[in-house]
Amino acid sequence: MKLLVCVSKTPDTTAKISFNAENTEFNAQGVTFIMNPYDEWYALVRAVELKEKHGGTVTLVNVGGADNDAVIRKGLAIGADDAIRVDMPSGSSLNVAKQIAAVAKDGGYDIVFCGKETIDYNGSEIGGMVAELCDLPFISYASSLEMDGTNATIARDIEGGKEVVEVATPFVVSAAKGMAEQRIPNMRGIMQARRKPIKVVPAVDAANASTIVGYEMPPAKAECKMIDPENMEELVRLLHEEAKVI
Amino acid sequence: MSVLVFAEQQGGELKKAAFEAVTYGKKTADVLGVDCKALVLGSASNAAELGKYGAAEVLTVSDASLDGFDGSVYTSAIAQAAEAAGASVVVLMHSAKGKDLVGRLAAKMDAGSAPGVNQLPTNDGAFRVKKNVFSGKAIAEIEISSANKVISVMGNSFQPEATGADAPVNELSVSLPAARISVKSVDKVTGSVPLPEAELVVSAGRGMKGPENWNIIEEMADILGAATACSRPVADIHWRPHHEHVGQTGVAIRPNLYFAIGISGAIQHLAGVNSSKVIVVINKDPEAPFFKAADYGVCADLFDVVPKLNEALKKFKAGA
Repeated sequence: MKLLVCVSKTPDTTAKISFNAENTEFNAQGVTFIMNPYDEWYALVRAVELKEKHGGTVTLVNVGGADNDAVIRKGLAIGADDAIRVDMPSGSSLNVAKQIAAVAKDGGYDIVFCGKETIDYNGSEIGGMVAELCDLPFISYASSLEMDGTNATIARDIEGGKEVVEVATPFVVSAAKGMAEQRIPNMRGIMQARRKPIKVVPAVDAANASTIVGYEMPPAKAECKMIDPENMEELVRLLHEEAKVI
Repeated sequence: MSVLVFAEQQGGELKKAAFEAVTYGKKTADVLGVDCKALVLGSASNAAELGKYGAAEVLTVSDASLDGFDGSVYTSAIAQAAEAAGASVVVLMHSAKGKDLVGRLAAKMDAGSAPGVNQLPTNDGAFRVKKNVFSGKAIAEIEISSANKVISVMGNSFQPEATGADAPVNELSVSLPAARISVKSVDKVTGSVPLPEAELVVSAGRGMKGPENWNIIEEMADILGAATACSRPVADIHWRPHHEHVGQTGVAIRPNLYFAIGISGAIQHLAGVNSSKVIVVINKDPEAPFFKAADYGVCADLFDVVPKLNEALKKFKAGA
């Protein structure tokens, strides 16, 4: 099986979020960047597990500059065989998807994996876009995936439950919690990753149909009102009369 | 020109989310100075009601290939309906189906998109709309420059507003591709409120000391008609099922009321719940970071406070 895993670079989950003076750009100073957790913990690890069980190869694809290579190396250390980086600074989601779709079409992959969303822009769009651009079925928010030959049985999260679907390769899937367990790369993996190839390819021509023109911080919360633990009637009264939520 | 709203039906009926979507679509159409139309895939007994929330016309597509959910079939139907309705803006809910469709539809229509917005757009020379980013730690304003635009709206951001009368419902004839995804089973958690849609959520963490102590949390959820949730560590050690895990790497929710009981409030947990309208924190540690994000706080042992709170809630419910 030929497996392609889309990986994105995001600020660490504990990163302090700030912007430049004009509030037009993310301030990356002092921020640690990681592989988007959904891409790493669930999509990549499940792809590596499938390769270990059924054979095949796992290729990473990332859209970004050379400063993304550290994140890509981590993916190689976890168990991917090689990587393709489309050399393009960040773009709109559709632009990025067009770059990935070009790589996906070129490689003839059986399954294209991505995370359910990135933890920075929370779009959950890339998988569906790649699927449409490649005319493939797309299963979003998958929490399990089992292969039987070329047929996959996938459980996906829906409101208040799960839906189990069947689909034949090739397809695109976005991974949510439950798909796999996080893997910490071992020393052997890290050593091997240094020798694995990262192929850098030029971007295909595509426009940005949307751009972020400004950022703001959420309005500050009013001070927390502390309630006497002996007077829960007061809390109930406030929730009913002041907050009007019960 | 018009705005087309995809109104999701569930089991042949439109639920609140569909009316939220049309309310948002109508307000967006007003911003643009155009009319709003709604699309129902499959049949809905109350489709005409979408008119009350602002749809000038309701289009329906009935086709057996829409019975199971295959995003490529739905995308094809929505794109054809947008063309038939003369719509360059399509509004979806950021629901399980909406999240599946938003990217696919944007690619199909070669549209700029704004997934998961929680405010109305502005159109002063440029079409702009805001959404939460960095898991709620900031807000970004997105400008969409393409002629076609696809927007998905976070649930519980806009309450349905009924102002008009029923709208005419017209069947639309489209040609759909064959489904490639077959649905084998749908397994909904029964007997409790589904977490992503819940307006009231009671959530607990490691402060509970063990899964056997959850009865007071479940009792509280029962009294309120609330959903139960939990923090990541509690799901990871299997005190509670994974689908209850809220936070940055679990489910992100935005209920009207969120009770955080025995949860310290790690930044990753806050990221998944900070869009809640009102947050109540019960924790015995006065330094718990969650108090900084809370509207109401009770600093005491939860095993003392929660039973008292349950009694007070029961009294309130009996009197209400």
